[in-house]
Order: sequence, then C-alpha cells, then structure tokens
Amino acid sequence: MSIELLLALPVMLPLAGAAFTLLLRHYSRIQLWVAILTLTAIFTVSMVLGYYVSQEGVLVLQIGNWTPQLGIVLVADRLTALMLLVSSFVTLAVLVYSSAQTVSENTERTPVAIYHPTYLALVAGVSMAFLAGDLFNLYVGFEVLLAASYVLLTLGGSASRVRAATTYVIVSLLSSIIFLAAIAAVYSATGTVNLAELALRLDGLDPGIRMVLELMLLVAFGIKAAIFPLSAWLPDSYPTAPAPVTAVFAGLLTKVGIYAILRLETLLFPASQISNLLLAAAALSLLIGIFGAVAQTDLKRVLSFTLVSHMGYMLFGIGMVTQMGMAATIYYVAHHITVQSTLFLAAGLIEHRGGTTNLIKLGGLQKLAPVIAVLFFLPAMNLAGIPPFSGFIGKVGLIEAGIQYDRTSGWFLIAISVLTSLLTLYAIAKIWNRAFWQEPSAEIVARDVPLPKVMVGATAAMITFSLVLTVLAGPIMTYADNAASSILERTPYVSAVLGDEAAGELQYRIDDAGQRLDGDGQEVDE
Amino acid sequence: MPVSLSLLLIAGVFITCGVYLMLERTLSRIILGFVLLGNGVNVLFIIAAGKPGLPPFEGSGDPAEMTDPLPFAMVLTAIVISLGITAFGMALAYRAWQLFGHDEVPDDVEDRRVLRRRRRRTTEETEHLPWSQALTEESRRGALAQSQGLLAHEDDDPLGSDLTSAEDVPQDATEADEGGAPPPPRAGRRRPDKGGTRPGDPPPGGRGAAPQTAQAPQSAQDMGSIPGAGPATDTDREHTDGRSEA
Repeated sequence: MSIELLLALPVMLPLAGAAFTLLLRHYSRIQLWVAILTLTAIFTVSMVLGYYVSQEGVLVLQIGNWTPQLGIVLVADRLTALMLLVSSFVTLAVLVYSSAQTVSENTERTPVAIYHPTYLALVAGVSMAFLAGDLFNLYVGFEVLLAASYVLLTLGGSASRVRAATTYVIVSLLSSIIFLAAIAAVYSATGTVNLAELALRLDGLDPGIRMVLELMLLVAFGIKAAIFPLSAWLPDSYPTAPAPVTAVFAGLLTKVGIYAILRLETLLFPASQISNLLLAAAALSLLIGIFGAVAQTDLKRVLSFTLVSHMGYMLFGIGMVTQMGMAATIYYVAHHITVQSTLFLAAGLIEHRGGTTNLIKLGGLQKLAPVIAVLFFLPAMNLAGIPPFSGFIGKVGLIEAGIQYDRTSGWFLIAISVLTSLLTLYAIAKIWNRAFWQEPSAEIVARDVPLPKVMVGATAAMITFSLVLTVLAGPIMTYADNAASSILERTPYVSAVLGDEAAGELQYRIDDAGQRLDGDGQEVDE
Repeated sequence: MPVSLSLLLIAGVFITCGVYLMLERTLSRIILGFVLLGNGVNVLFIIAAGKPGLPPFEGSGDPAEMTDPLPFAMVLTAIVISLGITAFGMALAYRAWQLFGHDEVPDDVEDRRVLRRRRRRTTEETEHLPWSQALTEESRRGALAQSQGLLAHEDDDPLGSDLTSAEDVPQDATEADEGGAPPPPRAGRRRPDKGGTRPGDPPPGGRGAAPQTAQAPQSAQDMGSIPGAGPATDTDREHTDGRSEA
C-alpha cells in the first residue's frame, strides 16, 4: 500500500461517515461518536500528510490510475497539507462544541438527525476543494460544501433562517454558475481542466484571453471568499445560523475561496497584470469591512464584518506575489481560520449565558461569567493583532513583505493595514465595554444557566491551538516559507503531476521579488 | 476551432433569459432562472467539445475522428449537481411560502434599519444643519442611555437593532401583496403577515391587538382552497421561536 492512498481519506472518510450517521439517525449519541471518530481520523491523516509532504515533496494520487489528462488527480503539497490540518482541527473542535449545544437547547425543534451527516458532507467538500488537482473537481468540491452549507444554514427552517439563507443560496448559485461558465471557457481555450496542464498551456495563451479567464475565475472565487465588492451577502446570512455552524462557515468557507485565489494567482496565472486590482480590492475590503464592524450593535454581526475586513489582509499578501507576502499570507490563513472560529464559539457562549448577542442588552458578563470573559478576551486580542499572539506575527509578516515590496500601492496598503488593526481593536473594545463591563440587566442576572463543560473545553482547545500557532511561529513560518517558494516556483507541482519533462516546458516562474521570469531568468514585460 | 452558430445562439438565449429571471424578486422565478442559466452554460461545454465526430468507444474507429468525451462527462456531473440544488431551492421557496405567504426575497433587516434611520433624520428637518450639529444634545444623551441599556427600546424602531428581534419582523410590502394592501402600522409589526396576500384584510388597526388565535382560523378559512395553507399557520406558530408571545 503506497502512501498516496492517504490522499483519498480526507474525502472518503467523511463521506462514508455521513452515510453511516444517516443510517444511525435514531441514535444521536452513536452518530456523534462516529462523527468525532471520523474527524479525529482525518486530523491524524493530515498530520501524517503534512509531515510526509514537508520531507518528500508533493504527493499525487491518480484515481483509478487514469492519466492526469483524463482522470481525476488529488494533489497535496505543503499548502494543502497545512490547510487540511488546520481545517480538520477546527471542524473537530466545533463538532465537540456543538454536541453540548444541540443537547442543551432547542432539541425538539432542530432535526439533530441530519446535523451530523450534513456536517461530515461539508468537511468532505472542504477537503475535496483543498486536494483537487483539476478545476472541475474543485467545482465539485465547492458544490458539495455549498449544498451542505445550505442545509446547515436553514437547520430547523425557522423564519429568520429561511430569510437569511435565501440571500446566501442565491448568491452562491450565481457564483457556481460563473465558475462553471469559466471552466467551459477554460476548456475551450486550452482543452484541459487539469491544474498542472493548465499551468503549461495558459502560459502560451494570448494575454487578452488569459485575462478574461482569470477575471471570470476570480469573480467566482471572490464571491466565496467575500472580497469587498462581492462581500455584501456575508454579514446578512452568517449571523442567524447556530453558533457552531457560523464558526465553521466563518473560519473555513471563506478560506476555501482564498485558497482557490492563491492557486489561481500562482499556479495558473503567475504574477498576472491584475495584481493591482487585487491590492485595490484588499484595501477596500479592509476599510469597508472594519467600518461596518464599528457601526454594528450585534456581536455576531460585528464579528462577521471583521471577517470581511480581515479577508483583505490575505488578499494583500496574494496581491504582492512576493515570496515573503505569500508566506505571511499562508501563516495568516492558518491563524485566521482558528481565531475567527474561536471568536464565534465564544459568541455562542455569550449567547448561551446572556440569552442574546445584542450588545445593548448584554452587560456585566465579566463578573457574572469570568470564564467566558477569558475565553473571549484571548482570541479577541489575537484578532486585533496585539503582541505576542499569532495575529501580531501574521500582520508583522505582511507589513514587512509590504516594505520589501516597496511600491506606492504597497505603502498605501501598509497604512490601511495598520489603521484596520487599530479599528479592529476599537470594535473589540466596544464589544468588551458593552458586553463585559456595564451594569448587568436583571434579566441576565436572573438567567443563571450553567455553562456546559464541553463547550468551554472545546473553545479552550481552540485557543490552545492558536497559542500553539504563536509559540511555534518560527517552525510554522519556515514551513509557510517553503510552501510559498514551492508554489511560486510552480515546477514542483507540475513535475509531480506530469513528470519532470513537462515541468521543463513551463514558461514562467516568479522570483522572490514577485517578478515574472521566463525560462532563461529574464524579466517579462506585460 | 469552428464553432456551431446555432449552439452559440441557444446558449446566448438561455443565458439571457436566465439572467433576466434571476433578477426577479420571487425565489421560484430565480430558481427557474438558475435552471436556464445552468442549461446555457452546459451548452457552452458542448461547444467546448468542438466538432462532432464518431462516438468515442474504444476500438470503434480512429481516435482522431472521435468526439471529445470529457466535456460531456462534465456536463453530466453539472446536470446532476444543478438538479440537487434546484430541488433544495424549490424546497426553500415552498418553506418561505409556508412561513410568509409568498416567496419574495426579503431585504436585509439591517439595511432596512439603516434606511429607516435616514428617513427619521430627514423628518426631523435636520438636513439644513451641518452634520456635526444634526444630533441634539438631548438625542445624544438618549442614544447613550439607550446604548447602556438604561432606557427601554425605542418604540419607533420596532426592529430593534439586533437580530434577535428580526425573527418577528414581517416582510416589506411587495409585489405579492397585490391590490396594494396598506403597509401595516408599526405597533402591529410583530408577526409575519399571513393575510397580506389579500387586499385590505385584516384591518390594519386590529392586527397588533388581535390575538393570533383569533386570526388564525379566519386565515385558514379564507385560504382554505389553497393546498398547504392550513398547515402553514401551524408550522409558523411552531417555528417563530415563541419570543414574540413571551
């Protein structure tokens, strides 16, 4: 048995688990344990993959032994392995967290029986999107995770959820159609959908056609990643879902979009002419998102807006296309998945204790529930980028990359990044002031519900994970740096899928400073 | 690569109609638009397959003359996916119709609050003032007190400023409210408006005061000929979180 077969497990296991839990729909305890077991297995597999990939290089699995041109390939390089590792940890922690919540409230209204299968299908979709070696498989992965997310968002079918899900479903439908049309266009222009083959063939295309294809794909991924002009759907739809569901959506689904953009801008269209467009979108996302967050008075909405805002940081790193920018982005993605999910879990705890997430009605939680205060404070400071947390390290990395980039747009974005970080702190301080200080209303004092230990434990585990990201920042940054140089060079990916000979035919690669070079090391002018 | 003009035209017509329908406000029309759009894009895949040739069976002829089978495989997958998503979309539209009496895509609660805030400012005739003085000292203190939770919720803001109260807010008057039923008074905005599809009934003033139990049989009777109307009331009551009654 070869190690490549491991690549199929992050997709196969949750799908099998989903089928199994659906059969066990009358035994919710067993369902839960099957789901936990599945996700633990995926977490273990991705750790093994991460170790193997960092030692031996890119892994490729050709399903059914079809050639990459005709069949489906699953590819894992360092970037994929890291994303799988973080996502499987987050999904596991959130599942454990939600086990206490579904038991403790609304049991009679929420159809718990479909929660676990759908959740596992979502995990399968996310893993598939990360592992996909061709565009069409990426599309299928997106569809699997979206279909699961529709169901999770409308869980229970209450009026507010149907209302919120309607917008979400329509926007997602539109982005899927755009993605599908883009795939059709890519296929007619190049005759393939395999990412490695595309990397070879797109290099030779006319720049005009290249740009049309790139923009179509970028719009499709941008909607999923909630980049500013395409982000309006997110704060409308996420906050109404149950807290654990929102945590997974906020942490993972947008990052799948960012991952796709990362691949698009390095493997398929290296250092393309639209990088300035990406930087502009990053600046607008950062500003508009954080202004929205400052103006909100509902905890979950504030967090949703900071999510939109902080997508800008990752886009900033991608837009620079330097090695340092990419490395910082990869680190930032790992950090942000963890911290954003943790914050939504903490918001769930606050809702559990206070009965609402409306900041005007909350108050005095610092005295009433000091545990929640700590569990909220740590990830909140992390999000705002206060040293020594991982958010600070990621932001410093991005700003340093911006300084090295040394262009007007870079300096401009550094200024906006710092301002956004400050305003994030302001938004967080506002939450802290309203929810944790102030005199508690009699209603909250009277509502003395015990905190389930499982929920507290799962949130604490997430915080520990983010602290691990902080303490081990050195090794993780080195790993991210290697990942960045390998995706910028492009040859490791292509040669692993198609062989060394094909990789020699790659026309462009990107050097450390983000310049596009042709085969002889000459800079290419647009 | 030679491209069939008729296929291109078909794809164009499908996509045009699809986009037009997607811009509508009713969910069922949007789903129809999605189906048309999806079909148009599927035709694009068939165009991408190039010139039709021999059926692609192993050993049945020269591979160079065969049709490229890959796009068709992708189209099949895409059809299956859009079938599933369409089924979900129709279920969502049906559920919205059960809950609200129509399946219009709602405005975001927060957007409407912002809009109302602007309207209120305009009616206070503060637009002549520079923006810094637009807030009087009194209203500023009031806002502060409200933010500290010292005052009860402003009654001219029935939505509240959060999502917890969003569950009780009815839809805006929309196309489905044919006959131009007057917009319900603010005090009465507590429950999704079951009777909104019929003009002028129930009377606007009594809506807020009348208990739900009194209204429900009447609605059921009026809408009795429509299948699904009876259970809709019950499901609604079951799923409105019970907060408005509390």
